[in-house]
Amino acid sequence: MRLAVVGCGAVGRSVVDLAAEYGHEVVAVADSRSAAVDPAGLDGAAVLDRKEHKGVVGDDDPDDVLAAEYDVLVEVTPTTLGDAEPGFSHIARALDRDRHVVLANKGPVAERYGDVRAREADSAGIVLFEATVGGAIPILGTVADYGPERISAARGVLNGTANFVLTRMAAEGLDYEHVLAEAQDMGVAEADPSFDVEGTDAALKCVILANVLACGEREFTLADAEVEGITQIPGSALDLAAEAGRTVRLVGEATPESVRVGPRLLPETSPLAVSGTRNVVQIETTHADGIDLSGRGAGGPETATAVLADVGRLPPLE
Amino acid sequence: MTEGTADAEAVEADGGRDRPQAHTVRLELADEPGQLLAALRPIADEGANLLSIFHERGHLTPRGRIPVEVDLKCPPSRFESVLDALRAEGVSIVEADAEQYGEHLMVMLVGDLVGTDLSDTVMSIESSPTATVEDLSLSAPGGPDDVASARLRIATQAGEAEAALKLVRTLAEEKQLHVVEPLTEGR
Repeated sequence: MRLAVVGCGAVGRSVVDLAAEYGHEVVAVADSRSAAVDPAGLDGAAVLDRKEHKGVVGDDDPDDVLAAEYDVLVEVTPTTLGDAEPGFSHIARALDRDRHVVLANKGPVAERYGDVRAREADSAGIVLFEATVGGAIPILGTVADYGPERISAARGVLNGTANFVLTRMAAEGLDYEHVLAEAQDMGVAEADPSFDVEGTDAALKCVILANVLACGEREFTLADAEVEGITQIPGSALDLAAEAGRTVRLVGEATPESVRVGPRLLPETSPLAVSGTRNVVQIETTHADGIDLSGRGAGGPETATAVLADVGRLPPLE
Repeated sequence: MTEGTADAEAVEADGGRDRPQAHTVRLELADEPGQLLAALRPIADEGANLLSIFHERGHLTPRGRIPVEVDLKCPPSRFESVLDALRAEGVSIVEADAEQYGEHLMVMLVGDLVGTDLSDTVMSIESSPTATVEDLSLSAPGGPDDVASARLRIATQAGEAEAALKLVRTLAEEKQLHVVEPLTEGR
């Protein structure tokens, strides 16, 4: 497949880096200001080197990337809420040209799922978005394999930063602010951690899951989610939980009818009580009880692994 | 595997949630020979384990029958068939697990627990006819004016756990406390 990669953050760079290994060709790359286009295929290493040392990926106009001759648009720009722009327009343009789209950007499928699906219905292209939920963990692929109509719920830990903070608080008996500062020093938490610790990121992933599970019966956006973060959890709550063999995790739940994210009490031995930045999801099936999947939920190569798995699932274009 | 596999599988397939539990059944028997045996046989036949029998031979109910209290152990899923077998034998069942608390849930409350009168919070939960607070642990390392945490173990009658949780949510909202609810995994 010929890939056009829009967005050159950690995930975009890893896609460019790993595409050849998967047998794909990168014909266009754009970051927010610059672009590199070559119908004969770009030298990924050279593009990444230029990005690292010069801050640009090439001399072309970012608009040229959307007009390039590619098979799959890999949309990995930062997640935006509300109108989910510019991600949504990138997708619309690719679908209008009957091209496939693979997303790591959560915005379009969390905030405008119905619009994305409507555009897809009018196109020969297909939209896949494994990388938007749980990084490298094959959650949406598993849901698609089993059939979303045979899955009653999905629940799990879908934000590594919040899970890291709760795990450290429980293990070290430290308070939230202390552990958060440590996480920021380690690069696990961002300077503004609110997206993670207030539950927004986990909620977006659950909204996407609920949209898939609802099978078109209902559309969810972030506004439909009941969301509570972990900023109010003191160390004393984790101590009391541990005394009773429990722990607290930021758990997201998605069903065809609801989305809920909040700190929850669960047994220390629960498969959902993963440690550190790890993610986990439990898929409740109609005929086979629960399926637990865990792994790395974030990171460049991890998320690119999910992106390239999606690319591999796509049929060739006519 | 040397054990009876049918039971082992039943427990495994249900994630261990259908382990045998103690149940109490109060019966009334006619004051006639053989009645007690007739009442106990179906319990054994249904595979339940008899724990104790309290047979008040000297007492008669106002209807002239003999009250008997039986404690038995069986998986919750089989309890109904034990009761059905008893009824089929013509045994009159007065109460089945009526006073028993069938479910437990653990919740955490976080916030100004002292300032919002924790004992009033507990009493409000206790005022529910179907729930009781079995255990409470409080941790307030920053003193009474700081944020504190409490862990509550609440027992409810079978099927009433969700109602108890709703009550806790309502109380917490009124008092501006945070609730850390238990996660129900599986079904």
